[in-house]
Amino acid sequence: MNHGQRNTRAISLPGRWFYLITIFFLTLSGFGQMPIFKRYYIADIPGLGWLAQFFVTHYIHYLGAILFLAFAAYMIIDYLVLKRKSRQMTATGYVRGALLVGILASGIFLVIRNLAGSNFSSSFIIFLDLSHLGLVMAFLFVSLYCLIFKKHWTTER
Amino acid sequence: MGQQISRRLFLKGGLAAAAGVAASSIPGTEALARPDESKQLATLIDISKCTGCEACVDACSEVNSAKYPDPQKPFPKMYPNRVPVEDWSDKQDVNDRLTPYNWLYIQHAEVEINGEETELTIPRRCMHCANPPCVKLCPWGAAKQLENGISRIDSDLCLGGSKCKKVCPWDIPQRQTGTGLYLDLMPSMAGNGVMYKCDRCYEKVAEGELPACIEACPEDVQTIGPRDEIIKKAHALAKEINGYIYGENENGGTNTIYVSPVPFEELNKTIEKGKGKPHLEPVKDTMAQANNLAAAMIVAPIAGIAAAVGKYYKRTR
Ligand code: SF4
Ligand code: SF4
Ligand code: SF4
Repeated sequence: MNHGQRNTRAISLPGRWFYLITIFFLTLSGFGQMPIFKRYYIADIPGLGWLAQFFVTHYIHYLGAILFLAFAAYMIIDYLVLKRKSRQMTATGYVRGALLVGILASGIFLVIRNLAGSNFSSSFIIFLDLSHLGLVMAFLFVSLYCLIFKKHWTTER
Repeated sequence: MGQQISRRLFLKGGLAAAAGVAASSIPGTEALARPDESKQLATLIDISKCTGCEACVDACSEVNSAKYPDPQKPFPKMYPNRVPVEDWSDKQDVNDRLTPYNWLYIQHAEVEINGEETELTIPRRCMHCANPPCVKLCPWGAAKQLENGISRIDSDLCLGGSKCKKVCPWDIPQRQTGTGLYLDLMPSMAGNGVMYKCDRCYEKVAEGELPACIEACPEDVQTIGPRDEIIKKAHALAKEINGYIYGENENGGTNTIYVSPVPFEELNKTIEKGKGKPHLEPVKDTMAQANNLAAAMIVAPIAGIAAAVGKYYKRTR
């Protein structure tokens, strides 16, 4: 009984929460890079004042990225080494994976841009900014779809 | 030497090299995070020479007036109501502070030198930080830094959210409502004009000419050159006049190096500070904290992989 339920996901419950919370804070701090939370009173809500402090959202976004990178590397290796024999990626798993790869790649370049001495052309920076944002929006929509229709990353083979 | 190689690798060799170098020097992202001092242009401002004649201020306006905003009125209504309208178009002549129409102004300080009351005058404008937070944290890429260290805000792209001003330790960029790209998007919902500041006369510099304010100064207050040379000159001058330096390490290093005969603490006490009137306080490196996390980003996946592999070995045993 219990067995069947556990097998619907390749991820443990704490793992799933880790994933959701990290994505939540990454998204929140990520949108905080745009000057919108102050304008729309969200930063006035007690406990959310940090959303209007750009160096704080910047730092939290980096912390989130560190956690997410560790998590993603763990999941990939876990899947490749342990789970691949019994489970396979679903179509929505591949779509979300591809979007995350794009988000991570553009994010890594943005981290490099922020180091002193890096000097990307401004059109490349605009491309990075817009693709990072666009891919995140796509990822959020796909994730919402998957949440509503209970689509998982993997299924049993 | 090592640092120089790592920086070069980092810039030219792309990600793989960067990852290798950074991973091998943790904690040492500072080594990567250093601007190229021979490429960035810096100015030396010898405060003791300035007479406050404002020839530089006039020259700046003359050369750059074509870039000044020409806002459409009436301004589109912006929501919510708290969004401030910032309109300088009827106050274009204000020149005792920074505005969208005045990118350079003269600050006055009353100080005592050798027991004598003296007035010092200080040309103030964008410091052109070596790693400018206004540029790096602009969410649209509208603010940019050129290879020669000049930072400027592209008035065709800027949406006027004013984030650059908020993250600038000196609150330098100044907003004009009713102009720019936001008018073509959703003017009532997002954006609020364009941010303006000194662009170090980047077109003139590209042509090999001097910035207007430097060219116009009858007292040769400013000198421009590669950052490393300017720093050397600043130190030599400071030694000669027994003076003090500002801008070398502020915000992790700027490309505007002031040399003063009195401590900057003293100057900062007496100058008028406030909106459009920057201070002369010590400033810590605003980009450093997050940038120091960059190294951890390289370690993070390794940690994740190690955890997964550890789990595998536990299972197989
Ligand atoms: S002084 Fe302010 S506006 Fe100028 S480069 Fe530095 S952060 Fe940007
Ligand atoms: S460098 Fe050019 S834009 Fe900047 S203050 Fe001087 S004249 Fe004005
Ligand atoms: S032109 Fe030279 S002397 Fe006159 S105010 Fe400007 S920097 Fe000072």
